[in-house]
Amino acid sequence: MTDNEVAVAPTARRSTGGPPGPAATPDSPHPKRSRRTLRKSARRRESWAALSFLSPFIVGLLVITIGPMIASLYLSFTDYSLIGDANWIGLENYQRMLDDPRLLASIGVTFRYVFISVPLQLAMALALAMVLDRGVRGLPIYRSIFYLPSLLGGSVAIAIMWRQVFGTEGLVNQVLALFGIQGEGWISHPDYALDTLIILNVWTFGSPMVIFLAGLRQIPAMYYEAARVDGAGPVRRFFNITVPLLTPIIFFNLVLQIINAFQAFTQAFIVSGGKGGPSDSTLFYTLYLYDRGFTAFDMGYASALAWLLLMIIGLFTALNFLMSKFWVFYGD
Amino acid sequence: MATETLTPVSPPRRRRQRRDLGALRRLLIHLGLILFAMVMIYPLLWMLSASFKPLDEIFSDPSLFPSTFEWRNYVDGWTALPHPFHTYIFNSMVIVAGAIIGNLVSCSMAAYAFARLNFPLKGMLFAIMLATIMLPIHVVIIPQYILFNNFGWIDTFWPLIVPKLLATDAFFIFLMVQFIRGLPRELDEASQIDGCSYWGTFLRVIMPLCVPALATTAIFTFIWTWNDFYSQLIYLRDIDLQTVPLALRLFLDAQGQTSWGSLFAMSIVALGPIFGFFLAGQRYLVRGIATTGIK
Repeated sequence: MTDNEVAVAPTARRSTGGPPGPAATPDSPHPKRSRRTLRKSARRRESWAALSFLSPFIVGLLVITIGPMIASLYLSFTDYSLIGDANWIGLENYQRMLDDPRLLASIGVTFRYVFISVPLQLAMALALAMVLDRGVRGLPIYRSIFYLPSLLGGSVAIAIMWRQVFGTEGLVNQVLALFGIQGEGWISHPDYALDTLIILNVWTFGSPMVIFLAGLRQIPAMYYEAARVDGAGPVRRFFNITVPLLTPIIFFNLVLQIINAFQAFTQAFIVSGGKGGPSDSTLFYTLYLYDRGFTAFDMGYASALAWLLLMIIGLFTALNFLMSKFWVFYGD
Repeated sequence: MATETLTPVSPPRRRRQRRDLGALRRLLIHLGLILFAMVMIYPLLWMLSASFKPLDEIFSDPSLFPSTFEWRNYVDGWTALPHPFHTYIFNSMVIVAGAIIGNLVSCSMAAYAFARLNFPLKGMLFAIMLATIMLPIHVVIIPQYILFNNFGWIDTFWPLIVPKLLATDAFFIFLMVQFIRGLPRELDEASQIDGCSYWGTFLRVIMPLCVPALATTAIFTFIWTWNDFYSQLIYLRDIDLQTVPLALRLFLDAQGQTSWGSLFAMSIVALGPIFGFFLAGQRYLVRGIATTGIK
């Protein structure tokens, strides 16, 4: 969103603003200096006030966020297991990753999940936003209905529902039976279990859709009118006006949804009964990390896994930003 | 290109033809949308109806209408676990209330400082704050667990509430910064000329105007905390402290296939409050997503 770009440089306006102080000559006349010290003390007062407003945030940042990040980096070089001391073992945890078949399986599962479900979800979101943007009557109602799954999607209750819907005697198979088709036990079949989770993620396309809708609003109607006058058909208008002007928002949604998808946990945990089964076909990276850290209490190794996850997410986010130069269009 | 010919005048006959075509197209679009919306929410409606169905009907009948209304599912489900279900609802409510108060107080304070005050390192702190929105919880959860374990806070609600009091949900800081930036600065200056301190300005001028942003924060905090499974799974192992999502998981593991009816009934109970907040706070939710861009 354009809001974000603005937000990254919040101080620009203020830090350059304000009248320039008087020249700081050592023997400047008395009234000037007193005004300067006055301004200085006002500024100091403002800084102290800011500190008082920010104190919870700063404590939280240090104790809850940055401290633990550094600690987990340290732990990743140890064999810490909650009981006993943390012994420095160097890169052993990272070497162990190389021949950990379950880790490799979980990376494969997670990549498939992320790189299949996110594009599908965004395509769905964009398509629906396009349809709804044409001044369809009852837009708020449709928008609410499509947005609802996004709100509920992360909950345990929905995961339980999914388990039944795609179960052997579940809703999907009941409907298929009406057409005389004998369905699989989708959840319990290693080839299909992950697909049901991908569908669940696609189902929550509502929140990117709302963002797309807000973006489509920003495109001036006169562009479309001008193109129509010039004889551009709907397909042409879509690819030559809508898509280029929407690329910043597509990019924003892409970055966000990829980061989110990498961290998916609850649905896979509930649908697979906490194990990532059948035969590790739904063993998300986060599930494996939970298993190592909080079931086996192998916290040194789990910390290394956590840092690898951070690297992977950071890498793809950076890659996204690099590639955005080639396809994201930021107007003039 | 041809922006000078913005309003082409088409002959009246063609226009009427086009309007008829337009009406047909609109109808088709509505039909398509309604059909699609039905497919989307069919599982939800079906679960609602299944929560009233006897067991054999759940596994045989995909229709939305139960043949008989089986209230027993709700009664059985409520008492199926070691504690009656309202214990879990109460536990969830305590955590949610703490999280909402924490986020409202700590995030609005930080947001005011970022939006209105000047201080050293402001740009850097703001950038770090934005970065933490994207930080996966998985990276910090293990040391956090060790830390709270040292405090003796495992199997208490503190690990789920205290971080909120320390403004760790940076998303809400960002949301409120955006909102406060939209308020006219003259209001601050006027109140300061009238002798308000920074705290006075914050409490008497900014906060009352921030009610919409505070409402968005409260609603999102409610939904996210109510839905949260991961951190509750990690910090709450004591059976007396289980929350609604943990209770549902317990139910699923303990009863499995034998009592889908009551499992669905309790799932509906769990989704009810979110749905209620969704209906009541839709305006704020949609605005919140549109201004910050995060679900």
